Amino acid sequence: MSRRGLRVEGLRVQISQAGRLLVPVDDVGFAIGANECVALLGESGCGKSLTALALMRLLPEVAQVTAGRVDLGDTDLLGLPELAMRGVRGGRLAMIFQEPMTSLNPVMRVADQIGEALAAHRGLVGEAARAEVERLLQAVGLDAGRQWDYPFQLSGGQRQRALIAMMLAGEPEVLIADEPTTALDVLVQDQILKLLKDLQTRRGMSLLLITHDLDVAGDMADRVAVMYAGQIVEWASRASLYATPRHPYTRKLFAVLPRPERRGQRLDSLPGRVPAADAQHLGCRFADRCPEAFPRCHGEAPSLLQVAPDHAVRCHLFFPADIGNGASARVAAPISPPPPARVESMQPEPGEPGPPRGRAADALLEVRDLAVHFPIRRGLLRRVVGSIKAVDGVSLSIAPGETLALVGESGCGKTTLARAVLRLLEPTAGQVMLAGRDLAGLRGERLRRLRREMQIVFQDPFSSLNPRMKVGAILEEGMRSLLPELDAQARSERVAVRLEQVGLPADAAGRHPHEFSGGQRQRIAIARALTVEPRLLILDEPTSALDVSVQAQILNLLADIQARQGLAYLFITHNLSVVGYLAQRVAVMQGGRVVEEGRAETLLARPRSDYTRRLLAAAPGHLRA
Amino acid sequence: MKPVLLWSDALLFLLMAGVLVLVWSMRHEDWLRDPWRHVMRSRIGAGSALLLVVFLAVGLLDSLHYRERLPREAGPPGATAQHSGEVLSALDWLLTDLRTRTEKTYSAPLATHLYVKESMKGPDGREVRDYPPLQYPRGHLLGTDKVGQDVLYLSLKSIRTGLLIGSLTTLVMLPFAITLGMAAGYFGGRVDDLIQYVYTTINSIPGVLLIAAAVLVVQAQIEAHPELFDTAAARADVRLLALCAILGITGWTGLARLLRGEVLKLREMEFVQAARAFGVGRLAILSRHLLPNVMHLVLITVVIDFSGLVLAEAVLSYVGVGVDPAMNSFGNMINGARLELAREPVVWWQLAAAFVFMFVLVLAANLFADQVRDALDPRMERKS
Repeated sequence: MSRRGLRVEGLRVQISQAGRLLVPVDDVGFAIGANECVALLGESGCGKSLTALALMRLLPEVAQVTAGRVDLGDTDLLGLPELAMRGVRGGRLAMIFQEPMTSLNPVMRVADQIGEALAAHRGLVGEAARAEVERLLQAVGLDAGRQWDYPFQLSGGQRQRALIAMMLAGEPEVLIADEPTTALDVLVQDQILKLLKDLQTRRGMSLLLITHDLDVAGDMADRVAVMYAGQIVEWASRASLYATPRHPYTRKLFAVLPRPERRGQRLDSLPGRVPAADAQHLGCRFADRCPEAFPRCHGEAPSLLQVAPDHAVRCHLFFPADIGNGASARVAAPISPPPPARVESMQPEPGEPGPPRGRAADALLEVRDLAVHFPIRRGLLRRVVGSIKAVDGVSLSIAPGETLALVGESGCGKTTLARAVLRLLEPTAGQVMLAGRDLAGLRGERLRRLRREMQIVFQDPFSSLNPRMKVGAILEEGMRSLLPELDAQARSERVAVRLEQVGLPADAAGRHPHEFSGGQRQRIAIARALTVEPRLLILDEPTSALDVSVQAQILNLLADIQARQGLAYLFITHNLSVVGYLAQRVAVMQGGRVVEEGRAETLLARPRSDYTRRLLAAAPGHLRA
Repeated sequence: MKPVLLWSDALLFLLMAGVLVLVWSMRHEDWLRDPWRHVMRSRIGAGSALLLVVFLAVGLLDSLHYRERLPREAGPPGATAQHSGEVLSALDWLLTDLRTRTEKTYSAPLATHLYVKESMKGPDGREVRDYPPLQYPRGHLLGTDKVGQDVLYLSLKSIRTGLLIGSLTTLVMLPFAITLGMAAGYFGGRVDDLIQYVYTTINSIPGVLLIAAAVLVVQAQIEAHPELFDTAAARADVRLLALCAILGITGWTGLARLLRGEVLKLREMEFVQAARAFGVGRLAILSRHLLPNVMHLVLITVVIDFSGLVLAEAVLSYVGVGVDPAMNSFGNMINGARLELAREPVVWWQLAAAFVFMFVLVLAANLFADQVRDALDPRMERKS
């Protein structure tokens, strides 16, 4: 039998746009053997998805492969005529996309979509195809009856399974999975990843997993390629990479991860931003952000070279050009384990853990038996025939200066709870007490005064800022409404103070939100919430739309603010490692109820409820931890 | 000379004054001024703006009405001066030549002879049938119509009618569309039900029938109260305003539905939630957060509607329920051209003139709106 697997050499993708030449993928090379899983790891904008599209020859029209070679088995993919490529695509080489909502055709039944692939690549029709569809659905863990469903009848995880079944229909030698679980919940992500791994080993397939998550890559991959600014900067076996990451960028990626054991420490941060795709690079692309850069890094581009068995790095630190001119001293350094993150102790937890439950008088926020039910109306007269119990009797309390993490899957009611606490939604039953005052039934001026005490930061920094307003006006809005006694002068002074506090330049106030990156926009959203000097900040997944290095910056910022101003946080998240790093107490929600609550260390180490145990077991990386 | 202020003149000048005040107040706000600068710097923007200004100038000149004093011949000295019953405008005064140089009947553009043969006495005294020479040979750029009026003059006079129908109707329509559409989207529930009920009902009545019925009622009222109108122009004017009002009241549903859908989407956006968490009032949220984010829809719809209304006027006048038949309008010109096209040989220039003028006006408005929308969108990258 001929060679199997995929080899990529010197791949270069160019985009020429309005006279500018962008090189989003430059000299990328890696190989996936048969029955092997390779992870392509990198932050957004590093070129990993374009690499995948280039392999599939599905690049957008403006982008072109200008150099390199891709071999699938013995076939040179880039040399194939398009007609032959169509036979390969979805057949020997298949790809799963990130968004299960849009990657299935909404007006075709699952069976028809899989049948399409079967007919195209294996010539199966009629009864044979029917049987094969059932076999495939079984292989991906879907009930055979599901084949008659339309995509909208399936949940996100089921859709991703159906998509995988469709991709398996062509019996691929290589499966590319582009962030297959980013849109899914922790529990479902765990199932889908296990399914992929299982299929890969059972079918002897090669799997190229594209991800931004170090833990997912660590769980899944045999070898890992770390990408930065269009290049592979480190290419190593999983064991070697996770034991001794060598490239300064990879080491930074590990250092910025929030972990329970890093509690109370500042996360390491990665200054600056990924260089623009049209930047001209003379030296190393990471040099400007690299803590260990030396003059040669700025003048000469390093190449990807072997430093140890199964371990290649693109960094001058490991390959002194001229031993004996001072650079040699550096050779030894990187071989040692990565330096621990700088330990800068934050202030002691204010007030030393929140009061035990029951002493409501001390609590800043006290939620008692809160319920939010949405009525289901039917018929012409829209009679109420039932209700959806989004939040069903939740009790919580947060002490001043404390962080309470609210954990659960999407749809468990966490966001509804947050909105009900803020009185953006009217609760059906129960009580919300803020600083000893009951929010229920408050109107007008009295409600407004309480609104000053609590604010919210949303998940998506792109929809949480009005695109038509300048940043200054966005920040002033809360003051205009809640602090009418301030005049224009005082307001703009406060805006300047807040912008500086969240680390944005002073001229940011005169610009529109779209001129900022995701992380900067999240800083703006935080500054906006702080302008009215609240005592409680509700953070609704504030970092889940951000890259890990940006997440570290935002988490540090939140910690600084809490230390300086004694704010209490209600931190809504599904990321358990953030919880372990940040929160003093944790409440786990399932189906509108809190199933478990307690101090973070205790709860994460010895969960009592079954659901919490499942969540912890599903979190990527827990096996290696 | 005695100035005459028709209702439509007053509204038009009020509108212009409003725009001027707005521009004056915006003049020091950089962020409001920059997009407009950007429009004027682009070639298409500046060109279409120039065309629109020319059309607007013609329309405004045509809105300065007066009645001429009749030469004092009869009556005792010292009696109050008599004024002509005919209402003229500044444009008429400027185009006095064009207006007064009439022929007997049709003549082709830049022709030297009439378009129809007539019996006349030849130089030898014999009766011959031939094309008689024009009184003003090569004096009519676009020819003359059936009663010998200059078509260029008629077209220029029609501009005001088109502008009025387009702008006044939009003015009537916008408050309905914006308040009702946004209220339906933002408040939901019973408010939404009620507004949807109203516009579904309006939409399900055939528009032309509704307009025809309303116009006929207005016409009957005008005829029942002749004492209210001292000139024919005043009567035609009231009929025009009534038409604008009716078109406006029936025409807001499309935009309202569009805005309802958009606001329904926007109100769940997190920036609106954030504003609510700040205790910002409903009106402030609607005006500060939602309105600016739907303005592009309003702008595009207004321009498309403006073009559509100029064209609708033509259709309605053709059916006979549009503006007063005595009023100069593109619709009446086209209506007249219906019979001319059936003649042998065909009289094509009146239709062609109406077509070209409308085409240029509508195209300029569309191009200009495109540019403005691009410039107002803060997400568009500006080449400076």
